[in-house]
Amino acid sequence: MPFRITLPLVLVAAFAAVGIAGLFLTDNSKPKGKPDVIKIASSLPRSGSARGQTDSIVQGIKLALHEVDHKITLADGMTYKLEYLDLDDATASAGNWTIEQEIANANQARSDPDVMAYIGTYNSGAAKVSMPILNTANVLMISPANTAPALTKPGWGDRHEPNCYRPSKDEHGVPKVNYTRVVPTDDVQGAVAAQWAHDLNCKQVYVLDDNEVYGKGVADLFDKTCKDKFGIKVLGHESIDSKQQEFKPLLQKIKDTSPDLIYFGGTTQTKAGQLFKDMIAVGLRCPMMGPDGTYETAMIESVGKEAFETAKFYATFGGLPISELKDGRGPEFVKNFTAFYGKPPTEAYAAYGYECGLVALDALKRAGKKDRDAVRVAGLATSKFVGTIGVWSFDANGDTDSKTMSVNVVKDGKFEFVKKLELK
Amino acid sequence: MIFAAEPTFWAAFLQQTIDGLAFGALIALIALGYTMVYGIVELINFAHGDVFMLGGFLALTLLVACGLEGLGFDGRFKPDEFGVWVKVLMIGGCILFAMPFCGALNYGIDYLVYKPLRNAPKLAPLVSAIGVSFVLMNVGLFWGGAQDVNFPKLVSDDNLLPADAGLRFTAKNAMVFGVTIPLMIALTLFVQYTRLGKAMRATAQNPTAARLMGINTNGVIGITFAIGGALAGAGAVVFALDVGTISYTMGFQNGLYAFTAAVLGGIGRIPGAVLGGLIIGLVRYYGSAYVGESWTGALIFGILIVILVFRPTGLLGSPVREKV
Repeated sequence: MPFRITLPLVLVAAFAAVGIAGLFLTDNSKPKGKPDVIKIASSLPRSGSARGQTDSIVQGIKLALHEVDHKITLADGMTYKLEYLDLDDATASAGNWTIEQEIANANQARSDPDVMAYIGTYNSGAAKVSMPILNTANVLMISPANTAPALTKPGWGDRHEPNCYRPSKDEHGVPKVNYTRVVPTDDVQGAVAAQWAHDLNCKQVYVLDDNEVYGKGVADLFDKTCKDKFGIKVLGHESIDSKQQEFKPLLQKIKDTSPDLIYFGGTTQTKAGQLFKDMIAVGLRCPMMGPDGTYETAMIESVGKEAFETAKFYATFGGLPISELKDGRGPEFVKNFTAFYGKPPTEAYAAYGYECGLVALDALKRAGKKDRDAVRVAGLATSKFVGTIGVWSFDANGDTDSKTMSVNVVKDGKFEFVKKLELK
Repeated sequence: MIFAAEPTFWAAFLQQTIDGLAFGALIALIALGYTMVYGIVELINFAHGDVFMLGGFLALTLLVACGLEGLGFDGRFKPDEFGVWVKVLMIGGCILFAMPFCGALNYGIDYLVYKPLRNAPKLAPLVSAIGVSFVLMNVGLFWGGAQDVNFPKLVSDDNLLPADAGLRFTAKNAMVFGVTIPLMIALTLFVQYTRLGKAMRATAQNPTAARLMGINTNGVIGITFAIGGALAGAGAVVFALDVGTISYTMGFQNGLYAFTAAVLGGIGRIPGAVLGGLIIGLVRYYGSAYVGESWTGALIFGILIVILVFRPTGLLGSPVREKV
C-alpha cells in the first residue's frame, strides 16, 4: 500500500491549514478582478531538473489558448479575454517543488477571482498541499501528471484519504470534488509494468523504491502484481535514501541474487540515473525499468548516452509518446504544435498540457458563465471527450477512464516507443 | 542470461570489503582536511565538503575544455577514443589543477573569513564556516545546475583480476587506492619529517609558545588549510571518476561522512581520520549488504554515538583535549 506513514500527511495538512487560516485572516478586502477576463493558472516545477517536461506542458497549454485566439464567448453572451498565469512551485536551490511555494501558488490562484481553472500539479505530493486550499474555493484543478492513486481513490492511502483533500461539502453533506487528472494513475502503471516484466519473460525481479509517495506507491503495486498475478518471484524490495551519492554495495548485493530485471519506483531526481550507473559498474547487465518519473531526457543526460548500450532501461509512461498519437485529436495536435513552435514537442507531456488546456476551455464553454462552481461541475462532467490520446471520460473521482500506457526503451540517446499496453 | 554461479558468502563479503575500503579511502582523504584544520585551530571547517564539491566541478570543466561532453556542451570526443596513457594524462592533469585550486580556495577562505576571527569566541568562526558552506554550495549550483551531472567515464569498470577469480578489482578501485594511499603517506611524512610539519605540530600543541619560538603561526595555519584543501581537490577528482556523477549537494553528504570519520578516529589526529574513513566505508558497504540500504545512514551515526559514549575522544584521540 502506498504511504502508510502519517507524519508527512499530518505536516501537509498542518501547512495547508495554516495556508487556509492565513487566507481567512487576510481575505477581508475582496479583490474584484476584471469582469471581462478569465484566467487559467498552472502550478508546475519550472525550476530544477523537471524543467524540460514542464516547459513542454506549458507549451501545450499555451497552444490550446492560442488556438482559440485567447478569447472565449460563453452562453452568458460575454466574450472574455483568456489570460494565462504560469506559476512555479519549485525553487532553484531546492531543484524540486516545495510545500511553501505550492501553498503560495494555490493561495494566489484562490484569491484572484478571475482564476477559473488551475492546471497542476506536476508532483503528487504538491497536489496534496493545494487540493484542500482550492477545494474550498471551488477552483477546478486539472493535473497533467499526478499519478498517486490516493489523491482520488479511497482505499489506496491513509484512511482519511482522499476526503481529507475535499474539506468542502455540498448540500447533501457529500464532499465536493474539484480535482481531476488526465493521466492514468499508478495502480494502472504499476500493474502495466508488471505485465511488461512478464512479457519480457522475467522469472525473478528485484524491486527498489525511493521511499516517496509516488515512487513507493508504484513499486509496491509492481511488487504485488508480479507476485499475485504473474507468479514472478520478487527477490527483494528495498527503499533507498536518495541523498546518498552512490549505491554500489546495494547493486553488488542485488547482483548476487541474479535478477532478470530491476524495477525502480522513483524519479530521475531521486537517483534513478545513479542506480543504473552503479548497476553497470558492478557488472550487472539485466534490464532496469522505471515509471514515468524517469521518462525524461534528464534521465539519459544524468547517465550518459553510452551506458545505455551496455544494458537496457525501460520506462513506462501513463499515455503515449508524441509519435504514437494517432487517435482523436492527436495528429492534429502534433501538426499544430509543429506549426506554432517550429518543431515537434520534445517531451510527451506536451500533449497532456494541451489536453488540460482543452479540458479547461471545454468546461468553461459548458458552464456557460464565469462562475467557479459551475466550471467545476462542468469540468467533472467531462465525458466522451475527444482528446489527444483518444476518447475518454472523467469518473466520479475525477480520474480519467483511459488505461492506455506505453513502454519505452532508451536507444541512441533517446526514449523510443516499444509497445502500447492496455490493462486488462 | 549468463551470470556467474551463485557466489559464496565469503566471496560476496570480500567483494564488499574491497569496495568499502575504496569508498572509505576517499572519505578518509576528505576527513584529513577536517582533522588537520581542527588540530591546528580547533575549528570545524564546514565549508570543507563544499571545497571538495567545487574541485569536482573544476575537473569536469577542464575535461569539457578538452572536448568531452558535459555542462551542456556536446563532446567532440568520446572517452573511449583515447588511449590509456592519454586518459592517465587527463586524470593527472585534472588532479594537478584541482589540488592547487582547492588548496588556494581553502587558503582564501581562511584568510578572508576565519583569520579575522582568530581571537573571537569559538562560535563565531563556526557559524561563519556554515555561512561559507552555503555560499560555496550556491556557487556550485550556478556552475553545474540543480540536477545530477554526469562525469566523463575515463576509468573503466573492467575487472583487473582473471575472470575465474570470482572477485572484482576494477581499474576504478586501482585508481582510488593508487591516488589516495600515496597522498596519505606523503602527508604523514610531511608532517613528521619536514620543518614545516614540525611547525604545524608545534602550532597545534601550543600556538602561543610556537609564536614565541619564532614560528609564523598564521602562515602555518594558512598552509594547513591549503594542504587540507588540496587533498580534498584530489579526492574530488577521484570521487567523480569513481562514482561518475557530481552534483552541487555532494559536498554536504560526503562532508558529513568525512566529518563523522574525523570524529570517530579522534579529531585532530591524522591516522585517526584515515582509520575513521575506512571504518565508515566498511560500515556503509556492509550495512547496505547485510542490514538494508535504507539503514546505512542510521548505522553510521549509531556507531559514532556508541564510540563517543565509550571513548569521547575518538578511537585514536589523546585522553585530554580542549573542547570547542
